Amino acid sequence: MNIIISNQSDKPIYEQITDQMKNLIINGELSESELLPSIRNLAKELQISVITTKRAYEELERDGYIVSIPGKGSYVKPQNKELLKEARIRIVEDKMAEAISAAKTINMSLEELQQILRLLYEEV
Amino acid sequence: MESILEIKGLKKSFKDFSLKGIDITLEKGYIMGFIGPNGAGKTTTIKLIMNLMKKDAGVIKVFGLDNVKYELDVKQKIGFVYDENNYYEELTISEMKRIVASFYKTWDDSAFNKYIGEFRLPLKKKIKDLSKGMKMKFSLAVALSHNADLLIMDEPTSGLDPLVRRELLEILSQIIQDENKAVFFSTHITSDLEKIADYVTLINDGEIVLSLEKDELINNYGLVRGGKELLNNVNSKDFIDIRENQFGFEALVKDKNQTRKAYKDKIIIEKPSLEDVMLYYTRRCRNV
Repeated sequence: MNIIISNQSDKPIYEQITDQMKNLIINGELSESELLPSIRNLAKELQISVITTKRAYEELERDGYIVSIPGKGSYVKPQNKELLKEARIRIVEDKMAEAISAAKTINMSLEELQQILRLLYEEV
Repeated sequence: MESILEIKGLKKSFKDFSLKGIDITLEKGYIMGFIGPNGAGKTTTIKLIMNLMKKDAGVIKVFGLDNVKYELDVKQKIGFVYDENNYYEELTISEMKRIVASFYKTWDDSAFNKYIGEFRLPLKKKIKDLSKGMKMKFSLAVALSHNADLLIMDEPTSGLDPLVRRELLEILSQIIQDENKAVFFSTHITSDLEKIADYVTLINDGEIVLSLEKDELINNYGLVRGGKELLNNVNSKDFIDIRENQFGFEALVKDKNQTRKAYKDKIIIEKPSLEDVMLYYTRRCRNV
């Protein structure tokens, strides 16, 4: 599991952590019921304050991504399969939208785009 | 939450300086940085916590106990690092250790040896022959070797090179892996706190100027720059202090989102460093 934070970014550090963890959960890199690092361990490793990691975990818990059990630790919450799938579909849609707007800037037609998609789909 | 350190209305007057009734609270499990310019009252406050001088008024509780009434009990559980070496210069590290160890009921020799190893301290060297960084590490090894729950440090990093300072920060985050411990640490080198401090307390001229979560400072406060014409219709209460130069102004604001809304893209807003915050607040007090 990688968590990379930037001190220069305008985004608060706790938000950088929640965003990255959400992605790891949605992508399935962190799997259901997996034990997460403790807030104190995460703070030590990233050399940031405990309050920052605590806030990140609180937000993740509030948004339903993890559960924290006092004395035991925080776990990836078993996700609602439908919701998780929807979230993943949204990622696909976003990437496709990106590809479409790139295609439109060079006046590529829908047919051409579909052809590329078909080719790539079979390749990957 | 349980306070490990609680200071209320603490006063102490000298001829030319006084602590004007300060309040500080630190919960266990966290690191508080105590910042302020030289002569602001940091060392006086710490000496009063350690009962090394008599307070004029106020209450200091450590682990919920009065620091004077229960001085011996309280001090057993405090690890204390001074800014200056206060050991016998002619003794070697291992001789000095034997003396210090006898003061503590809960002295842990194996912990001490572990830190001596980690810090690569030469046991047979005389204290006067140690470098400044080594002396600090020796003090720290002592402070960490009697199962202290509260670590109090007065300017531990002044005069140390960046490498040793970084090592110290790593040790501090190691200490609070145990959520029953806490660290209270004064410094005027604010960059040491930028990373790991949970709370920041700023003292200036014997008064607490602010005491809050470091994240709140870094995420909400803003360092603003813009053209001087903007200053004409500024509500100066929005700005903590303004510095003008020939070509524009720089100011510190408490709520950068509000400032952003008011001035849109006529200004540049950056995250302030703790040093910025300290300088702006300190200067404001001097200007008044």
